[in-house]
Amino acid sequence: MKFLVLISQVPDTTARIAFTNDNTQYDGNGVTWIVNPYDEWYALVRALELKEANGGSVTTITVGGADCDATIRKALAIGADDAVRVDAQPTDAYGVAAQVAAYAKDKGFDIVIAGKETIDHNGSQVAGMVAELLDLPYVPLASKLDMAGSTATIERDVPGGVEVVEVNAPFVISAAKGMAEQRIPNMRGIMAARTKPLTVVPATSVETLSSTVKFELPPAKQAVKMIPADQAGQLIELLHTEAKVI
Amino acid sequence: MSVVVFIDTRGEKLPKAAQEALTYGKHIATKLGGGVTAVTFGDGANLEGLGAFGATKVVVAKGVKTIESQQLTKLVADTTAAEKAQVIVCIHDGTGKAVAPRVAARLKAGHVAGAIGLPNMDGGFQVKRNVFSGKAQAWVSISSPVKVISMMANSIPIESNGSPATVSDFSGDLGVARVTLKDVRKSGGGINLPEAEIVVSAGRGMKGPEFWAPVEELAKELGAATACSRPVADMHWRPHHEHVGQTGVAIRPNCYIAIGISGAIQHLAGVNQSKVIAVINKDPEAPFFKAADYGIIGDAAEVLPQLIAAAKKLNAER
Repeated sequence: MKFLVLISQVPDTTARIAFTNDNTQYDGNGVTWIVNPYDEWYALVRALELKEANGGSVTTITVGGADCDATIRKALAIGADDAVRVDAQPTDAYGVAAQVAAYAKDKGFDIVIAGKETIDHNGSQVAGMVAELLDLPYVPLASKLDMAGSTATIERDVPGGVEVVEVNAPFVISAAKGMAEQRIPNMRGIMAARTKPLTVVPATSVETLSSTVKFELPPAKQAVKMIPADQAGQLIELLHTEAKVI
Repeated sequence: MSVVVFIDTRGEKLPKAAQEALTYGKHIATKLGGGVTAVTFGDGANLEGLGAFGATKVVVAKGVKTIESQQLTKLVADTTAAEKAQVIVCIHDGTGKAVAPRVAARLKAGHVAGAIGLPNMDGGFQVKRNVFSGKAQAWVSISSPVKVISMMANSIPIESNGSPATVSDFSGDLGVARVTLKDVRKSGGGINLPEAEIVVSAGRGMKGPEFWAPVEELAKELGAATACSRPVADMHWRPHHEHVGQTGVAIRPNCYIAIGISGAIQHLAGVNQSKVIAVINKDPEAPFFKAADYGIIGDAAEVLPQLIAAAKKLNAER
């Protein structure tokens, strides 16, 4: 099985969220960048587990500038065989998907896998768009992926429950919690990552269909109203009469 | 200039999020001077009734039984072309995430995922959405002729004063299903968490799964869904689908009541869009109090019985 894992670079989960240039750009100053947790913990690790069990290869792909290389090396340290970086500044989800699809279309990947969303844009868009551009089946929000030959059995979260579905490779899938457990790279992996191939490919020309005009931070919260513990029932009254939410 | 709204009508009851998506589409259609065509699949009943929420027409593909993203994408894209629709509305849930991005790529349409309000159409087309896991919002402008919006549940009030819609079967060819359904496991009969208006959530402060009965009782009295923090789901005290936070479900109810949850930044990311937050924690230094509207410093075992009694009293009065 040939796996292609979509890897996105995002600010650390505890990073300060602030904007510059009249609130049009994320302020990345002093921010620690990490592999998007859904891409790393679930998509990459499950691809590695299936490769270790059944053989094959795991390639990662990232759309971004040279500033992504350190993050890509982290994915290699966890165990990916090689990495591709499409040298383009991401615009919108379609732009990223079109770059990935342009690279992947004639490479014969069996399974294209991504995290269910990135923790910065939260769009859950790129994997579905890649599937459409490659004319492949797509199963999003999968919490389990098992392979028997080229047939996959997948569990996915749907409103109100879980569906079990079957699909034959090649296909595209997005990974949610439950698919695998986080792996901490060991020293050997970190050393090996330095010399694993990271191929930079030129970008193709892609239309921009949407653009972020302005960011906003939520308004500051009013001070919390405290209620004594021995009069806790007041909370229900206040939620009903003052906040009017119950 | 019509609007296509894609919803899943297979359940016994029309989900609130579907009612809301139709209302959302109706608002846009009114601005564009057109009608709403609801697109759905499977064997759901009373499709004429979708008219109440704003649909004038309903197109149904009865042969599609599951969320087969390629077939559903073709269904939505072909209907969009037939109706000459300008805007496609989906819900930002498991079904919408399977279809909306595909439809957008197929039609080369700009896609805003996770919209939290109606678009601003004065001189352009801008939609507000959550980014950075709810820690900020972004206005996104779509420049393509056709636009796809995936709406977050609980974004706008539902309106239900329309008249019955005309229902027709989709007549085109959707090809073969490449994803086949093997089994469905329903997650209990409780209130669906992402669309719940009131949520009662509890964390490690409960000390063990055997102490959850009062949490469930309070939720029942308030007509609320139950939720939990990540450690609680990881320790298997509660099912994973109840886990709210950065790596779980992101929710935005009107009222979020958190019991025994300290309020780590990753948890806040999943709930900070709630309209009102009440926090009960015995640690006065719990960071959650900074994000709360109401707070009680106290032990769950002491506070919960009082809340249940007060909720019962409120229910008896109304």
